[in-house]
Amino acid sequence: MLELTTTRHNPMIDPSLHVWSWEIPLYLFIGGLVAGMMIISGYFLFSKRYKEIDCVCYSLPLISLIVLSIGMFSLFLDLEHKLFVWRLYTTLKISSPMSWGAWILILVYPVIIANFLMNPLKFIEVKFPQITKLTTFIHQRPRLIQNIGIVNMILGGMLGIYTGVLLSAMGSRPLWNSSILSILFLVSGLSGAAAFVHMIAQNVKERELLAKADNSFLILELFVIMLLLVGLLTTSKVHIAAARLLLDGPFAAQFWVFVIFLGIIVPLIIQLLAVNHKIKHTPVAPVMVIIGGLILRFIIVYAGQFSKYLNVL
Amino acid sequence: MARFAMAIDTKKCVGCMDCVVACKNENSVPEGYNRDWIVTITEGKYPDVHLEIQSQRCNHCDNTPCVECCPTGASHVNDVGAVVLVDHDKCIGCKACLAACPYSARFINPEGYADKCTFCIHRVEKGEMPACVNVCPTHCMHFGDLDDPNSEINKLLASRKFHQLLPEAGTNPRIFYLT
Amino acid sequence: MNAISRRKFLKLTGYTIGAAAAASSLTPVIKGAKKINKEKVKGIQTIPTYCDICFWKCSAIAYLKDGELWKIEGHPNDPLSKGRLCPRGTGGIGAHFDPDRLRSPLIRTRERGEEKWKEVTWDEALSYIAKKMNKIKEQYGAESVASFSHGIGGNFLKHTLKAYGAINFGAPSFAQCRGPRDVGFELTVGDSIGSPERTDIENSKCLVLIGSHLGENMHNSQAQEFAKAIENDATIIVVDPRFSTAASKAKYYLPIKPGTDIALLLAWMNVIVSEKLYNIDYVTKYGFGFEQFAAEISSYTPEWAYPETGIDPDLIRKTARTMAMYKPATLVHPGRHTTWYGDDTQRSRAIALLNALLGSWGSKGGLFFPVSYSLPPYPYPAYPTSTKEKLDNPGKKYPFASEEITTGIREATITGKPYPIKSWIVYSTNLIFALPNIDETIKAIQNLDLLVVVDTIGSEIAGWADVVLPESVYLERHDDFNMSPFKQPFFSIRQPVVDPPGDQKPNWWIAKKLAEKLGLGNYFPWNDVEEYLDYRLKAGGLSLAKLKKEGVFVGEKKPIYIEEGVVPEFGTPSGKIEFYSPQLLQAGFDPVPKFTKVEEPPTGYFRLLYGRIPVHSFSRTQTNRILMDMYGENEVWVNQDIADKWGIKNDQYIKLKNQDGVISNKVKLKTTERIRPDCVYMIHGFGHTSKMLKGAYGKGASDSELITRYKTDPLMGGTGMNVNFVTFETEV
Ligand SMILES: Nc1nc2c(c(=O)[nH]1)N[C@H]1C(S)=C(S)[C@@H](COP(=O)(O)OP(=O)(O)OC[C@H]3O[C@@H](n4cnc5c(=O)[nH]c(N)nc54)[C@H](O)[C@@H]3O)O[C@H]1N2
Ligand SMILES: Nc1nc2c(c(=O)[nH]1)N[C@H]1C(S)=C(S)[C@@H](COP(=O)(O)OP(=O)(O)OC[C@H]3O[C@@H](n4cnc5c(=O)[nH]c(N)nc54)[C@H](O)[C@@H]3O)O[C@H]1N2
Ligand code: SF4
Ligand code: SF4
Ligand code: SF4
Ligand code: SF4
Ligand code: SF4
Ligand SMILES: [Mo]
Repeated sequence: MLELTTTRHNPMIDPSLHVWSWEIPLYLFIGGLVAGMMIISGYFLFSKRYKEIDCVCYSLPLISLIVLSIGMFSLFLDLEHKLFVWRLYTTLKISSPMSWGAWILILVYPVIIANFLMNPLKFIEVKFPQITKLTTFIHQRPRLIQNIGIVNMILGGMLGIYTGVLLSAMGSRPLWNSSILSILFLVSGLSGAAAFVHMIAQNVKERELLAKADNSFLILELFVIMLLLVGLLTTSKVHIAAARLLLDGPFAAQFWVFVIFLGIIVPLIIQLLAVNHKIKHTPVAPVMVIIGGLILRFIIVYAGQFSKYLNVL
Repeated sequence: MARFAMAIDTKKCVGCMDCVVACKNENSVPEGYNRDWIVTITEGKYPDVHLEIQSQRCNHCDNTPCVECCPTGASHVNDVGAVVLVDHDKCIGCKACLAACPYSARFINPEGYADKCTFCIHRVEKGEMPACVNVCPTHCMHFGDLDDPNSEINKLLASRKFHQLLPEAGTNPRIFYLT
Repeated sequence: MNAISRRKFLKLTGYTIGAAAAASSLTPVIKGAKKINKEKVKGIQTIPTYCDICFWKCSAIAYLKDGELWKIEGHPNDPLSKGRLCPRGTGGIGAHFDPDRLRSPLIRTRERGEEKWKEVTWDEALSYIAKKMNKIKEQYGAESVASFSHGIGGNFLKHTLKAYGAINFGAPSFAQCRGPRDVGFELTVGDSIGSPERTDIENSKCLVLIGSHLGENMHNSQAQEFAKAIENDATIIVVDPRFSTAASKAKYYLPIKPGTDIALLLAWMNVIVSEKLYNIDYVTKYGFGFEQFAAEISSYTPEWAYPETGIDPDLIRKTARTMAMYKPATLVHPGRHTTWYGDDTQRSRAIALLNALLGSWGSKGGLFFPVSYSLPPYPYPAYPTSTKEKLDNPGKKYPFASEEITTGIREATITGKPYPIKSWIVYSTNLIFALPNIDETIKAIQNLDLLVVVDTIGSEIAGWADVVLPESVYLERHDDFNMSPFKQPFFSIRQPVVDPPGDQKPNWWIAKKLAEKLGLGNYFPWNDVEEYLDYRLKAGGLSLAKLKKEGVFVGEKKPIYIEEGVVPEFGTPSGKIEFYSPQLLQAGFDPVPKFTKVEEPPTGYFRLLYGRIPVHSFSRTQTNRILMDMYGENEVWVNQDIADKWGIKNDQYIKLKNQDGVISNKVKLKTTERIRPDCVYMIHGFGHTSKMLKGAYGKGASDSELITRYKTDPLMGGTGMNVNFVTFETEV
């Protein structure tokens, strides 16, 4: 028998850590989704699909900008000392994912905007005629477009990985403490974005392509999740305990039902049937994937805070 | 360079929480929050029971995940004594450091910044002992400089058995529990 | 002449002030209190005073920051605190800030106990009291006003009441606390243990704790010396049904069955005597009746004790030999709260005898001879004399009671015999929590014409009062000097460090004003308490101004052990240590302690035990927000196997029901391997029922409520309270 008692009773710390509630998982999910959209859009620019007039690379940047801003606002809401938020940009701290994340976000915006400028909104064109000139300027330079695509892919990749590193850098929380987490978040971001594009794509070819891509991402995601869990299960006691939070612990029901089953397996089956033309494409599967991705972030953030080295520490 | 540390004699500590009360007063720690606290670990089956009582606080680790993850530099290692401190005016309250500390030694002060044990650096700089050390009725807490080979704390560590909390976390904590 | 009256003649090593004045040498590090924070002095101000969160009276230094109370620390020159307060003392500033403090005098407007009040002025309140008291005096005589008062703050009020003609005074510190212990020692060695205890813990090489849960019981000097003993590698032996904090420091832990300590003590003495391990010279020189004693205990072998106590005979032998090995520096701690089973005086006598066998009484590392200052008293007019007998112990029903029995006064108030009691003036004691069987207390209160309670918060007893008088807390007032007998003669001052936040008044002011209302103003010839204090100091050749600055005067070290030259005197009829007690035999009691079985809990029930937590004092600190932040509600300790059997879980709330069907407030479970399966344990002082105590109301459960049964010690009237049984109500 081991009895542990502590007299500490700090808010957000005891009985178990809960410094982050919905804002951070939402922010991480959005970060991943935007990362995925940047990569997809960037790839389309790079692969010259932008020549198709209904290519999603024309609509994605605006959506990314809006969604990303929601994410940033969500992050801002989480800060306890909001008036000091500018302090983030008085220093660049290499050891702090939070710091380079802040800087990545600063770079992400202009890169998405560059993509966005290829097809700005009508009212912007009316209000700011110079913008139209820029748009024309870009369209005249295929190499530049390809480069914008490359930069979007690179920064998208960094953004996606960063959302995982933010957590995986925390050696203090056994569940998070795995570099696979970044891959998982990147893959999950990609699958979410692919699902999203699959849902909104006007272009039939793109829809097919992304449904297929999404299927690969989902399979990959399953594999990465397995890797993550196996990794934890083969480390120390506390890591095993952390993995079990998801496998058969307090978070298992949500994890198995919403992430694995409804978030990956069911949509995967639906989309496999769709790409093989057994059934019609339906927004049901992509919606499930997206919700699954969101819930994944929630579970990882919550369960990670729950996981610790010792009951009383 | 000094490297302040504490050695706490678990043989003598009675878990009375005087250290906690004294810290509250000295540092105006708000009601409902703790910079230090008491952990008891009971092992065995009655009547063959072993009990260890630990007065815990920030370990002022040598390797500081809390400082590393801080995006603004608010969390830092002080020049004097390598004490880990938070600069209130730089802290944005992102709570990364709270999550990064394996000991959960930090909390968010109701005023919005990350707060924790300071090793009472304001007292130590004046040549006084930290408030908790100063009050302990059993005299079980020892504070001193690890880099000074003649310090009492080094002598204790040389002559007594001790352990640190979660050495596996790789932080190399500077609070030592003498057993 | 019995032992007790003889003891009164023996003032052991007392010291007069003249000798001490020269001795006090102190570096004045501290600024005195001139004006308090009225003009908000900028910066840090330090003012010495002494603590009142319990009765240990540690000297302290209060710190003000910009005129506001900031913190309080131990006074480095004080022999009691040695510069460090206990957690309650450190958190004592919370008493000043307590939002639940009484703010103005209250007079009851509805039925007693309904806690409906009107706020009145001090003049109205005191006039009301004086009028009622005068009426009682006319109708029944002044003796019909009784008073309960605990702690030094009651001195001035007692003075007023004595001037009025009252003769019945009681404090729970005797019949509910250390009474049996002191009487047990008085019967054996002719002197009491006193407070602070005369235990030389720091020098003991073998420390035996029977229940005394030092470390949880935070009487400061004892806790400090306990740590010293650990540091010195003293062998510690702890006897307790619960694995206390002290037990975790012990080399030998004896998990005794509750209520069987006498059997263990007899077996220990049996081993020590039969193996001739006792201090033969000492016993020969100072002992009386040793042969009869030795014969009596010869049958109490460890094997005999085993089925009673549950302690392995080998362990009994081993521990007995260990004690003998370190004699006379073996201290069998006499305990303090010893009102357990009603046989407590005899248990304490057995402890006294064991110490005597080892030669610890008077030896270094044992029980020393305390020394103290004495200042001339203030020359007041003589009190009126009474022809009536004190009614707490009429006809000496409890022949060896050496102080007044609170529960005796309560009983007389209920029965009206030998004469009626019509008023209680209660100062600083929460009788509802302190006395066993609340119903009896309330029944007695119903017979009163006047119940006055002087308190700082709306305690339960204040809730039953007719008039409640709000006192300023210790940090806001003067009191009499502390001249506790201890290892070195010293005395200290209490003085205000902050202003009271409302219309609270200090006890001396209340006492003086009430005396004036009663037409007894001549008993208070001084205008201000400082005049009184100054007078006494001047009479001893000292100055108030200096003491106010320094806080403590410490005298020169004096011999306190036999080996330092103290010649022990024993205030027993034989003038020796009475191993065999003819006076007990004569009074119809066992001349050598005997073991009798205690009643067992019925199946499904558990013996209710209770004790202290370091961060609270009794029922008085549960509205102190600093201390409540440390421990906000009590738990009930239940053995893990029992909990498993009942299917109840750690941290779950349950209720306790006692043998008389009384059901407690809901209380958290602490399931643990740290307690025997046949008993449960909780911290005293929680489960407040007074709605005036916003910060404490309904938090945790009250042991007092469940202690409906008590067993009275026939020797001295102490109320054994460990005789209640509880079972669990798992639906809450
Ligand atoms: N923090 C704090 N300290 C205090 C006080 C306070 O209020 N708060 N009050 C002070 C006062 S006035 C007093 S009287 C003392 C009281 O403190 P002590 O005299 O030390 O306490 P005890 O009455 O011995 O009771 C508590 C212990 O006795 C054990 N016990 C219960 N029944 C038995 C039994 O049958 N046999 C044996 N061997 N042990 C048993 C319990 O498990 C518990 O550990 O504390 C003083 N110190
Ligand atoms: N059930 C049970 N009963 C017990 C005990 C137990 O452990 N359990 N312990 C016993 C023991 S050992 C003892 S010593 C007694 C203690 O019994 P009490 O001395 O009655 O102790 P408290 O319950 O703290 O009540 C003290 C009262 O004084 C008030 N008070 C505090 N400070 C001041 C002040 O400065 N001025 C005034 N005017 N009032 C003040 C408090 O608010 C409180 O109402 O209880 C005994 N009774
Ligand atoms: S003050 Fe000292 S004895 Fe008390 S809990 Fe703290 S470290 Fe332990
Ligand atoms: S204990 Fe925690 S907060 Fe303190 S230095 Fe170590 S990691 Fe940082
Ligand atoms: S909460 Fe403050 S101190 Fe902690 S990491 Fe964030 S900015 Fe740094
Ligand atoms: S060193 Fe100071 S801040 Fe740290 S726990 Fe002790 S009293 Fe509190
Ligand atoms: S023992 Fe603690 S509460 Fe009692 S007088 Fe001393 S410091 Fe105050
Ligand atoms: Mo007591």
